[in-house]
Amino acid sequence: MNTLELPLINHLLTVTPEFLLAALTVVVLVLDLRWTDDDRPKIAIVSGVGLGLIALVAALIAPGTATPAGPYWGEMIRFDFLTHIFKVMVIMAAGLTCLMSINVSGIGKKGEFYLILIVATLGMTLMAGSSDLIMAFLALETTSIPLYILAAFRRGDNRSVESGMKYFLFGSFASAIMLYGLSLLYGFTGHTNLYKIAEVLGSGAFINNPVPVIASMVLIVVGFGFKVSAVPFHFWTPDVYEGAPTPVTAFLSVASKAASFALMIRFFLAVFPASLIMGGQEIQSFWVNFMAASAVISMIVGNVVALAQKNIKRLLAYSSIAQAGYTLVGVAALQAVTPEGQTAAVASIAFYMFMYVFTNLLAFAVVIVFSEATGSETIADLGGLNRRNPWLALAMTIALLSLAGVPPAAGFFGKFFLFNAAVQAGLTWLAIVGVLAAIVSLYYYLVVIKTMYVDHGQYEEQTIPVSGPYAWVLGITVIAVILIGTVAAQPIYEWAARGAAGLFS
Amino acid sequence: MIPLWMYLVVAAGLFCIGTYGVLARRNAVAVLMGVELMLNAVNINLVGFWRYMNPLETNGQVFAAFIFVVAAAEAAIGLAIIISIYRNRRSVVVDDVDLLKW
Repeated sequence: MNTLELPLINHLLTVTPEFLLAALTVVVLVLDLRWTDDDRPKIAIVSGVGLGLIALVAALIAPGTATPAGPYWGEMIRFDFLTHIFKVMVIMAAGLTCLMSINVSGIGKKGEFYLILIVATLGMTLMAGSSDLIMAFLALETTSIPLYILAAFRRGDNRSVESGMKYFLFGSFASAIMLYGLSLLYGFTGHTNLYKIAEVLGSGAFINNPVPVIASMVLIVVGFGFKVSAVPFHFWTPDVYEGAPTPVTAFLSVASKAASFALMIRFFLAVFPASLIMGGQEIQSFWVNFMAASAVISMIVGNVVALAQKNIKRLLAYSSIAQAGYTLVGVAALQAVTPEGQTAAVASIAFYMFMYVFTNLLAFAVVIVFSEATGSETIADLGGLNRRNPWLALAMTIALLSLAGVPPAAGFFGKFFLFNAAVQAGLTWLAIVGVLAAIVSLYYYLVVIKTMYVDHGQYEEQTIPVSGPYAWVLGITVIAVILIGTVAAQPIYEWAARGAAGLFS
Repeated sequence: MIPLWMYLVVAAGLFCIGTYGVLARRNAVAVLMGVELMLNAVNINLVGFWRYMNPLETNGQVFAAFIFVVAAAEAAIGLAIIISIYRNRRSVVVDDVDLLKW
């Protein structure tokens, strides 16, 4: 184990967002104790604004001269541009989720809800940076355990508790399987640091006997597949998304997925790179083929089953399985032989997750406003939403068009970059499957839009009010989705490409 | 001295028993016990590998210690969730928990 090298101040700088998140949990805890029930909703504002500021701090502390990119804290975490991008992403998602939770019955006035949410965020930021098996495992569990609690947060509500239990049982099972794979990987190499493991594997120790390494890789893929809800490890997704309180679903669908993809990219690129050849075969082709297959089935299953859904949260759950499928196209594109191709693959994944954070939070924010006002989550009840609140209908339309990948919403560029990276990596067939799946998905998104604008509902006379914090969340996310789909696409992609390039230098 | 492969066989056996428990048992508490067996299989693996492969660095032991901590946290949360399920429905049989399905 390496000793901690001085200067300590640089080490501290690299984890400033984590420290600030930990400080924010203390602030929230104290406020929860001191404030009375009337003041409690303000905790949401404090944590939302606090997380927003921390995201700003995280965005400002880019790898530079004071803190060059590289390993820190005894090589437990790596600080580089990719970490930086994903940290900003998950902290922003958490801030918006806090603001979205403020009026939700049963959770909005509970300080501990925000506390647990911030702890989960802390785990995700560490996940994005971890470069050691121990750190990766701890970060994964620091993310998962709070999320189990959040899913079951409404203790009296049967559906919430049920979703919490399903998430917990599937989650702990998947992480135990993944851990077994990690323990084998440690055993074969004697190291827990990802880059040292790669060194030992690359030195030819297993050159004639690839089976054990591949077995451990398969076990690890199970864990990652669960976290990003890729088929065939998606069984928990619809149930958990439907039953969990809606802000939790929103957070789970974007932040947990983004952090998992960050860790997944780092893990597979570091431990099983293209140069690793065992038993005459490239180890990389194994996981790339698996990712490609999983991408295809995720896109097909997610989009086709979504066609039959009656509940809007369940529809968004299947849509999120499909979105994981699209992102896995980018992961499969990591097989590109040229550095430009690899950079394009990583950058497209980061860009896709960045735009997905805003798009999906926007969709769920509309669902929260609607279901808190009407008590319904059924798609048919969205009928006539345009006449009840035209702005809400417009916001939902933008979100759904972005998910479907229609310009000028952000999703278009997201899919464009992903499929472009796939073509560069020689996976044209995968890009074609992706485009076809996107066309299928357009159908069910358009059905929801048609319901909102054309169909008539029962209560069309009753308008749906949007209170202050929700107006902010909707405003921020709508503007972000439109900007990312138009003028901001180029700078954000360049930012992501810089992060990607940092991974290979 | 007992060779390393014996530890690995015990760990693999324990892991399979745990997996069987998770997949076959209908009681949520029993499922949780299956998961705990799987985690302990991982610990045997880690400590065995540490002792035989790289005893000069402590990382295998540290990893196992962290797994203890996380397993305890997971069990606490899991049992809490199972208790709230029981309060709502007077049952902890996984098959009875079927409100959410398509």
